[in-house]
Amino acid sequence: MNNYYRLMIFVLLLVSGTARAALTIEITQGVEGATPIAVVPFGWNGNTAAAPENIAAIITADLNRSGRFESLPDHDLIAHPTEGAQVQFQNWRMVKVDDLVIGKVTETADGNFTVQFELYDVYGGKQLTSAVYPTSRADLRRVSHHISDVIYEKLTGLRGAFNTQIAYVTTSGTPNNKTYTLLVADSDGYNPQTILTSDQPLMSPSWSPDGRQIAYVSFENKLAEIYIQEVTTGSRRKLAAFKGINGAPSWSPDGRQLALTLSRDGNPEIYVMDVANGALRRLTNGAAIDTEPVWTPDSQSIIFTSDRGGSAQLYRIPARGGKAARLTFDGKYNAGADISPDGRKIAMVHGNGGNYRIAVLDLDSGLQRVLTDGPLDESPSFSPNGSMIIYATRAGNREVLSAVSVDGRFRQRLSLQAGNVREPVWSPFGK
Amino acid sequence: MKCKLNRLLAVLLIATVAGCSTTGDKQDGSVSIEDRGTAADGGAMASGAAGGSSFSSYSLDDPNSSLSQRVIYFEYDSAEITMDGQDLLVQHAGYLVANPDVHITLEGNTDERGSREYNIALGDRRALSVQRILELNGVAPEQITVVSYGEEKPAAEGNSDAAWRLNRRVELLY
Repeated sequence: MNNYYRLMIFVLLLVSGTARAALTIEITQGVEGATPIAVVPFGWNGNTAAAPENIAAIITADLNRSGRFESLPDHDLIAHPTEGAQVQFQNWRMVKVDDLVIGKVTETADGNFTVQFELYDVYGGKQLTSAVYPTSRADLRRVSHHISDVIYEKLTGLRGAFNTQIAYVTTSGTPNNKTYTLLVADSDGYNPQTILTSDQPLMSPSWSPDGRQIAYVSFENKLAEIYIQEVTTGSRRKLAAFKGINGAPSWSPDGRQLALTLSRDGNPEIYVMDVANGALRRLTNGAAIDTEPVWTPDSQSIIFTSDRGGSAQLYRIPARGGKAARLTFDGKYNAGADISPDGRKIAMVHGNGGNYRIAVLDLDSGLQRVLTDGPLDESPSFSPNGSMIIYATRAGNREVLSAVSVDGRFRQRLSLQAGNVREPVWSPFGK
Repeated sequence: MKCKLNRLLAVLLIATVAGCSTTGDKQDGSVSIEDRGTAADGGAMASGAAGGSSFSSYSLDDPNSSLSQRVIYFEYDSAEITMDGQDLLVQHAGYLVANPDVHITLEGNTDERGSREYNIALGDRRALSVQRILELNGVAPEQITVVSYGEEKPAAEGNSDAAWRLNRRVELLY
């Protein structure tokens, strides 16, 4: 009679799977006062007509996507220098750019590449930085993002987060025949790699602090179970499969522990599990819902959602156990927290007047601000440099991703050609 | 709180009445539980406890049997079971008590609003509410499995009140 347990479940592990439809990015809200910059198409010295990747275009898109820069359109470029001796600063001053990026790509005898770039201060007429990167064909995009990071840090003083990844879940198909896919892509949506496919829900991906593993919840056995999977090899192991809820995994900053939600004792409670030996420590105890734990960067506290006060709000509890203190008081619904890398801001889903939007609570000032304008926004995740928040939103009936600057002034949308995309999580910095 | 207790008493009462009446009454279809449709909107229906006073069909496949109704609906952010839902659960409990080798899975679900893991917890709470009523009416805990899908398995697509109402549910799967 228990046909449900006899159903065949197909879980297909595709390690470094073939590229699927990439996320496309559309800037939906710009910023006045972005720094004007010119990125000149890189010179090419190789055996084919053009370099395998358009490095300048990748850097241009990165810088524009940050909201801090506005690149001169290609047709307004007045010259195409590829090395410093060719740069005439007065010309670039005339087109009113503050900074100039030039470079060239050289194919080496072994079929690899050398990428060279220089960054100039146009008004000061001097080089700010330069570098040379030997690389392979496969890593050309990564090197381009790294150059964007170097430029961003030199000009803003903040570390760039372009050479990072995002994990997300897509769904396609009909309600009765759905496919759930967990993917990892570059932060610009390129190079999407399927790491898990299932005909049952996949949810709550969480990056390990070294970026090598992702913990997630899979219903592939028609029950909630938590797995951790190595991103590059695809090897995985089941970490939690207790009776009831196994949900909301969140890595401790040292990567040795996982905070999670279990209802094995009858009610959703926050636990901390030792990843190596599976030992459990229970942090909350009560009749209320306690879920969605996230660690503060100093490892001292865990912030979580609870309805112990009558509706969902955020609370903080010492990671070693103790008394929980309520953090949010603005509105009837605040849930699904993510903490900024400096530990000073909390992003959350804020429900008010029937709308669910991303809000940020500044822990220093105690001020809470709504950043987005959707009716159904959720799953906020800070970029590792804390400058942007990526989140899930709607475009009509479709699920898409958006990213918003933490000041709320700049916004962009990331969508798939077809299907729904949800639960974005920004990776930590690469090593 | 008082309201909840009253409902609980009502459920227990139904269970007792139902248990007595079945012994002498095997006639099929003697009870017609009205089809409350798929969009039962909680709270408004006032059909009393006495209305569903017995059950006699043990056929899960009989479309006229209340046992063919296998979805309990909920209000927003609530795990409270309406009187209608309680009536229906008493019928299912009767079937499960009479068939102790039958197993049931309770799948808790929510609408799409709010954060996903909170909705997993809310779906779990709804399924546990159903489990509690079944157990209070004599169903053995071993007969019941609970799983919450939160907002991950909507019955209806779309972001409208009508879709949300259909998605805030516990499904009884035999």
